[in-house]
Amino acid sequence: MTPELNCRPRLAVGCRLNEKGQQSRVLHMPERALRLNGPSLEIIERCDGKRTVQEIISELQRLYSKAEPKKVESDILGYLARLHDQNALDFTSDQAYRSTDAK
Amino acid sequence: MTPAAPTPLALIAELTHRCPLHCVYCSNPLELGRRADELSTEVWSRVFREAAEAGVLQVDFTGGEPLTRPDLVDLVRAARGTGLYVSLITSGLPLDEARLDELVQAGLDHIQLSFQGAREESANEISGTKAHAHKLRVLDWLKRRRVALTLNFVIHRSNIDQLEEMLALGESSCAGRIEFANVQYYGWAFANRENLLPTRDQLDRSVELLKRAEERLRGKIHVEFVVPDYYAKYPKACMGGWGQKLMLITPNGDALPCHAAQIIPDLHFDNLKDRSLREIWEKSEAFEKFRGEEWMPEPCKSCDRRARDFGGCRCQAFLLAGDAASTDPVCCLAPQRFKVDAILAGLNGPAAESFVKPSWLYRPSPA
Repeated sequence: MTPELNCRPRLAVGCRLNEKGQQSRVLHMPERALRLNGPSLEIIERCDGKRTVQEIISELQRLYSKAEPKKVESDILGYLARLHDQNALDFTSDQAYRSTDAK
Repeated sequence: MTPAAPTPLALIAELTHRCPLHCVYCSNPLELGRRADELSTEVWSRVFREAAEAGVLQVDFTGGEPLTRPDLVDLVRAARGTGLYVSLITSGLPLDEARLDELVQAGLDHIQLSFQGAREESANEISGTKAHAHKLRVLDWLKRRRVALTLNFVIHRSNIDQLEEMLALGESSCAGRIEFANVQYYGWAFANRENLLPTRDQLDRSVELLKRAEERLRGKIHVEFVVPDYYAKYPKACMGGWGQKLMLITPNGDALPCHAAQIIPDLHFDNLKDRSLREIWEKSEAFEKFRGEEWMPEPCKSCDRRARDFGGCRCQAFLLAGDAASTDPVCCLAPQRFKVDAILAGLNGPAAESFVKPSWLYRPSPA
């Protein structure tokens, strides 16, 4: 599912980045882990429930200013959709169930 | 010469063999470890540090029932403190809401809650305990807490026809994953195999049903299905390869390359009380024994699939063929495949529909 540009993706429950300073950066998920390279780490670090998809795209377009902006956008949308299909990302900022306020 | 050891990725910590359940397919060894021999909080904490330093990403707390350890909250905190991803594999007994809160606050990332079925009576028969109703309460508590949940249904002949009900239970919970794991035949399950192995018809129906469920639930709940490998054409890539990814530690600290490895005769296991995790991983006899491809017989040695399934499971090779260094007999290319075929033929023959009520061999409580 491709995300709306104004939604604020965040890591799903049970998914988290390992700490900085480890040998390699990974996204922990229930029963698996995803090794992250430069751009994928830059994207996931910004899935904090505060930034919109549009903001994430703009920031990465600035970060990778030599790349074609349209390509950066489509790569990010594709990556976010994949992570969502793997249950690693929530797209809705309005958490109807299991919000962070719950214990 | 065996190749250099790869980086271990996961630690399976069998904290105890104590368990309030007596499941007829328990993967624990027939000879259960004693409480008095269990590793202390301090040794486990050191092991978690050494594991994280060696590159391990996640630890699965299992048993027996990990909740029977009074220091479980401390162990979760110690493991999470090293950066490890912490999973609790549990029956949900004994658990109350206050302890669940403590576990979540200590940094527990993920709970895998096991169910013996969707119907109370048959589930309780399998676990030899009145456990089902309590598990439903635990499911309810989990809805109000921020911790990932996998529901695990252990599948066998007498509950494989309840998959629809199990799916409904899973969908009404807050699980992000539902596993339908057919029993694998080691330990107590090997002893009860005659009463557990599903028929081919049952298996075919279940594969169809779960394929549809997987598509319907994509993006919402991840559905995982593990088939009984006796029915497979090729063996499973047991443990991701011997000594390649995982280390299992028994309650008394023995380091094993696989859950069932202790059944293999003349294999010596080092203990975490005596040596460091890295030293054992890289140099111990048990991990070196079947690491890589050096040990492989034909047809594995020249097989295109050898880097994919590693010749299958060493413990199953021993159980079915009497030789841990032989090709896993579930492989269609294995010289001993006829033994698996004979087991399946007996089950799927003309008398297959007339099963009598099974008499189970229940797993006891350890000393």
